[in-house]
Amino acid sequence: MTLQPNNRKNGLSNQNFPYTHTTAKTAVSTLKRTVKIALTGIALIFGANAYAAECAAGKTLKEGILTIATGNPAYFPWVMDNDPASGNGFEAAVAYAVAEQMGFAKENVEWTSASFDESIQPGAKNFDFNLQQFSITEEREKVVDFSKPYYSAAMAVLVRKSAVDNGAEATVTSLKELKWGIDANTTALKMLQDNIQPNSDPLLYDDNVNVTEAMKANQIDAALFDLPTALYLGAVVLDDGVVLGQFPADRSETPDQFGLLMEEGNELKACVDEAIDAITANGTLAGIESEWLQQTTGVPLIK
Amino acid sequence: MSLVKLQLNNLHKSFGDIEVLKGIDLSISEGEMVCLIGSSGSGKSTLLRCINLLEPIDQGEIVFNGRDISEPGLNPQPVRQKIGLVFQSFHLFPHMTALENVMLAPKRTSNKPRDEIRSDAERLFAKFGLADRMEHYPDQLSGGQQQRVAIVRALAMKPQIMLFDEVTSALDPELIEEVLDVLRQLRRQGMTMILATHEIGFAREAADTVCMLDNGKIIEKASPEKLFSDPSEARTRQFLSSVLKR
Amino acid sequence: MEKRSTARIAFEKKQKRKGVAIATLSSALLILALIILIPRTPGWEKVQSSFFNSDILIKTFPSLLKAFLVDIAIFLWSLPAIAILGLLIALARDQKAPAMFPLRILGIVYTDIFRGVPVILTIFLIGFGIPGLGLPRPWNSPYLWGTVALVLTYSAYVAEIIRSGIESVHESQRGAGKSLGLSEADTMRFIVLPQALRRVVPANMNMLVALQKDVALLSFIGPVEILRQAGVHKSLMANFTPYVGAALIFLAVTVPATRYADYLLAKQHRERS
Repeated sequence: MTLQPNNRKNGLSNQNFPYTHTTAKTAVSTLKRTVKIALTGIALIFGANAYAAECAAGKTLKEGILTIATGNPAYFPWVMDNDPASGNGFEAAVAYAVAEQMGFAKENVEWTSASFDESIQPGAKNFDFNLQQFSITEEREKVVDFSKPYYSAAMAVLVRKSAVDNGAEATVTSLKELKWGIDANTTALKMLQDNIQPNSDPLLYDDNVNVTEAMKANQIDAALFDLPTALYLGAVVLDDGVVLGQFPADRSETPDQFGLLMEEGNELKACVDEAIDAITANGTLAGIESEWLQQTTGVPLIK
Repeated sequence: MSLVKLQLNNLHKSFGDIEVLKGIDLSISEGEMVCLIGSSGSGKSTLLRCINLLEPIDQGEIVFNGRDISEPGLNPQPVRQKIGLVFQSFHLFPHMTALENVMLAPKRTSNKPRDEIRSDAERLFAKFGLADRMEHYPDQLSGGQQQRVAIVRALAMKPQIMLFDEVTSALDPELIEEVLDVLRQLRRQGMTMILATHEIGFAREAADTVCMLDNGKIIEKASPEKLFSDPSEARTRQFLSSVLKR
Repeated sequence: MEKRSTARIAFEKKQKRKGVAIATLSSALLILALIILIPRTPGWEKVQSSFFNSDILIKTFPSLLKAFLVDIAIFLWSLPAIAILGLLIALARDQKAPAMFPLRILGIVYTDIFRGVPVILTIFLIGFGIPGLGLPRPWNSPYLWGTVALVLTYSAYVAEIIRSGIESVHESQRGAGKSLGLSEADTMRFIVLPQALRRVVPANMNMLVALQKDVALLSFIGPVEILRQAGVHKSLMANFTPYVGAALIFLAVTVPATRYADYLLAKQHRERS
């Protein structure tokens, strides 16, 4: 697209700035410069957020509104009660913290839902950014943009009590023997093949619920999830779930880091990254993490 | 002509509210040939289907070889094997060759060796001039040939009595004679037969007894000479004149 | 008379040739337009790299073919079970004797339920539900119970097709069989069924094509068949080309089968008229 879409016309101010389509770019950048100078002054008075607000100006889908997508349904503990607008749940809270840092008040955030397939297909998106535990990978980076990571996930092994009774342990040797099931949309499959290399081929499913259903049907012994998800499924969905062990979040090989997903080439990326840096630096992110994600230190490391 | 082969006593049959047979009494001796005449809807076909037990009767008796075969609960299969029925429109099995059509029922109902069944069938085909048509499928045969195969199919069960339901009515005029020839041949061999027919000439020539059916009843029964030249009922006269006019 | 009819034949020939020429030309123009216009759309490059990426296609194709063997295996072992069960249900529904009434009702309920419920629900219900009752391995395998779900669904459809075939055989054929002294069962087996089954071959061919595609639904309960394999590649590479590869493999099987079914159907129409 070489023509600027309409929502970028007016920039921050409401004044009528005369321009034509051919000069739109110059016009907008002139406007930006002017406003930047003006706002730098204001920023000194109202704090740093104003600068961030200026960063996102004219780059969102809807002027003055930040549109954020997540999955439907969205799961505990990422979003509570499938209601991201409540701000409850880790990802919902992160979304609002990022939005606030970018200068969008709570009422200027709109939520939408997008499936995995919708999110990674090429073309225009119906969201400014999307968060639903998207792991950042090199291949995905070719098609979409990711922000800097907002969470580093430990990967954990979920089994039922019967497997523990049968002698399953948090060692790679023991885990090889198990029958595995994996959510096919996650990076867990690669993780499993790289780090555990089970003796029999894993069965693959569309979502967490089907994986746990197969565990209940005793068709699989074990599944690999990010640790918060594993803790949730083990405690709530399965009656007798046990989180057997974890690959820690700070492992050097195949790290699993979640990023906000954006349309490739989205100009907003710089602003989003800036916001994430800011909430990481000032401890907001760590606060959200300790509020919504369980302490994970009790889960043994896999040897 | 003394031994009674088949005896019908007061046969009644209704389809829903319509009574098609209203008390038929008829006795057929061994080797006798009876022709049933009468307009369409007079009950000829239904009568034949009842005798073959394809339709259950509502009232009356069908005594065959001295035994009532109409009692409910009786297995009709062995009876039907002894009473052959040939239909107006042949009803050959289209997915089988002529020979297979003929051999199917003997194969399934007797424990004779296959070779014997086959040679019996081949003999019948030869006898009725169909030796070169055995491997043909029904749709490769003329109407007359199909009807002759249908007759052979019924005969292969070695029935004691044969029922013919207007077997020439669906045929082109030039093909009728070849089927009538088969009937004449059977007659000469002494087969007991009941024929529902519109072929007045053939009935006059071949039948022992002719019955005039009207509205579900036999209104007149006589020798062909008597019935065709001097019918006693007005309805018979009327029917004959309308048929002969054609 | 003779002269006029040759003129007419020549005219018709000319018309026909003209028709073929127009059809060829219009098809060529359409294809040309698509080839020229689509790459000029602003999003084409992105779409091409996401859906028609030859590197990814070459890289993933062998594993897709291998996964397709799973589809074929499930298809092949479902087939005889569907045929047998479908036939039995059709026969149950054809029972006319009063003593057989429960059997007939059972047949009706069976076909109504399994044709009415979405296949995917049957697969979840049978594939997770029955093993969930506590069957030991390997008797709780998703391959086994997924196949059972497919067999239940498809035999209901096939039963209805066979039943329509049975009903299309004229009553007089049964009468002819019975009049010869054949039993009901023999009449059905040697006279009615051979004709009925022959008539429904095209309809059943279409069911086969549908089954071949629906085998992929078993991936929902675990088996890694071609569609799931494509989904894994898609997820890891964030690229849809593996699905296109899977579609190509499906088409290679289903297009000939569909064409053959249509050919049989056309042949049947010709024979009847």
